[in-house]
Amino acid sequence: MSERFSWPRIAAVIRKEAVQMRRDRLTLAMIVGVPLMQLFLFGFAINVNPKHLPTAVSIDDPGPLADSVVAALENSSYFEIVKATNSPEVARRLLDEGRVSFVVEIPQNFSRDLVRGLKPSILVEADATDPAASANATGALQAILDSALRDDLVGPLAARAIQAPSYSLVLHPLYNPESITQYNVVPGLLAVILTMSMVLMTCLALTRERERGTYENLLAMPVTPVELMIGKIAPNIVVGAVQSALVLCVARYVFGVPMIGSLALLAAALLLFIVANLAVGYTFSTVAENQLQAMQMTMFFLLPAILLSGFAFPFRGMPVWAQWIGEILPSTHFLRVVRGILLKGNGALEIWPDIWPLVLFLFVAGGIALLRFRRTLD
Amino acid sequence: MSAERAIDVKGLTKRFGAKTAVNGIDIAVPYGEVWGFLGPNGSGKTTTIRMLCGLLKPDAGSGTCLGFDLLRGGERIKREVGYMTQKFSFWEDLSIRENLEFVGRMYELGDYRTPVDATIARLGLERRQHQLAGELSGGWKQRLALAACMLHQPRLLLLDEPTAGVDPKARRDFWDEIHRLSGAGLTVLVSTHYMDEAERCDRIVYISLGNIVARGTVANVIAQSGLFTFIVEGEGARRPAQKLRGANGVEFVSFFGAALHVSGRDRAALERALEPYRGDAGIAIHEAVPSLEDVFIQLQDEGAAA
Repeated sequence: MSERFSWPRIAAVIRKEAVQMRRDRLTLAMIVGVPLMQLFLFGFAINVNPKHLPTAVSIDDPGPLADSVVAALENSSYFEIVKATNSPEVARRLLDEGRVSFVVEIPQNFSRDLVRGLKPSILVEADATDPAASANATGALQAILDSALRDDLVGPLAARAIQAPSYSLVLHPLYNPESITQYNVVPGLLAVILTMSMVLMTCLALTRERERGTYENLLAMPVTPVELMIGKIAPNIVVGAVQSALVLCVARYVFGVPMIGSLALLAAALLLFIVANLAVGYTFSTVAENQLQAMQMTMFFLLPAILLSGFAFPFRGMPVWAQWIGEILPSTHFLRVVRGILLKGNGALEIWPDIWPLVLFLFVAGGIALLRFRRTLD
Repeated sequence: MSAERAIDVKGLTKRFGAKTAVNGIDIAVPYGEVWGFLGPNGSGKTTTIRMLCGLLKPDAGSGTCLGFDLLRGGERIKREVGYMTQKFSFWEDLSIRENLEFVGRMYELGDYRTPVDATIARLGLERRQHQLAGELSGGWKQRLALAACMLHQPRLLLLDEPTAGVDPKARRDFWDEIHRLSGAGLTVLVSTHYMDEAERCDRIVYISLGNIVARGTVANVIAQSGLFTFIVEGEGARRPAQKLRGANGVEFVSFFGAALHVSGRDRAALERALEPYRGDAGIAIHEAVPSLEDVFIQLQDEGAAA
């Protein structure tokens, strides 16, 4: 009976595994790197109660009360006035482009009407594409305005302060008025799904050839690095297109996500995003020595792509360092593009600020891949 | 440009970190000849072949391959050289035909179907052309690989241990094919560990630790070695092996079936070492021309000692 349970054999296997693990430096790095990365991302970057949200104020009133409102907004930690204008159109444009989350509009004669007891209104437009991101700030709004105006209504005006609201707050949650979470999450999933599958498709492109020994044969043939890269990436564009169509159909017919903007524009942005992700994967495959390493690099890319892109948590709730990392990632920009086109009906002009970073990213990733690619086995 | 030599390189050197894999070797192969490239594992054969076909950049040295400069003509060389890697390097998840057609397209053979059809017919693989290459036996893989690197009609064939792990019949067929191609004007440089294959070459080059230690025709190399070999035969031939190994004048002793090859460069000392066994029953001792293998074992031992 040879199948006796043997501790020494187990010890032998353990010892062999330990030695192999020690030799695999990337795995060792992952053992420390992944938990650290997750701790930092989840621990610091995630804040479901985002503050300092960029706000534009559009003031058409020369009176002192408008200034009080602005000061109160700034003093609250929720709003950060990044633009003061007297044109509601300019402010609205900033909201469309996603540069601000709120527009506070103080109409003509606000101070005068308030003093006269005419109950003027303050219009607040909120970018509600991500309901979670704006909810807390919106909730705090009434209290902030109340206390601001109460402080100003002194002396002969004190009576106005005692009377229940001396002004009316009109809140417009734009783009997603019913605050349906799916409207925000489902288009975001398009970015996440494409990032995952596109990077995975190409990260093995060259490592597989290398491991099977066919790489040497490829190199011995008269094919140039650019030809090889394009040839390896191109078929996956079709895969990405099929996935996009699938996600969009489900978004439309199952989740009822509105599609206000141009689908042709979305298709163009999708193509750019798909190619950018394929280029990342291809770059990994030029760096990785084997398929395991390529997969590990992909993991390292996917974590921030999901957590720091604004998909999982409100982008503006993240600390600045996390936002900077997020700004590098294609998924962050594409997320804004897809939400902008579908929910806000953005056109080419409004999405441009998030298109050029994608183009830049694509060229940098492709450039690194070509630099890393060796025409020889050196 | 040298027109009369397919390969003409001088001082070819390649280092990997602190290790010098190939140390300034010169090779000049005239068009139409078949050269054998021999040496122990890790001696630099593969590295040299890879430098010749542009897969590795030499650290020093210069020369031409098919008249193209080795350092600058890499892409032209790739187009006219057929390189067969040591390990099967075609796509196992493509069929035989798909592999050949891919190669045809890579070399931009406008009408690639004609040579692919002809190749499949010549290999007798018409009925198996849609079979995956990964399902082929070792011998068939090797024939497919050779056919694939001949598809673009190269003028120089570089073969890196093409017959490793292939059965004797397939090896013989393979060499018949090499000689047929060589007869048609192709130049061939083939690395191998097999002595019988070395003997089929016009000339051989023996490399050890990155240096060429012997070159010429097989007869030349044997003569240059200065080696003398005595064959001990008979029922009791194996008995003295252990004692002979340490004996004065005996450089190495090796078994060839039931016989013992005892070799050394000092003929008189060798005779003296064998003297005690001459009268033994069941033992016959006679001198023979050293075989190529004897010479190579000597070269390898010297290389290891160096």
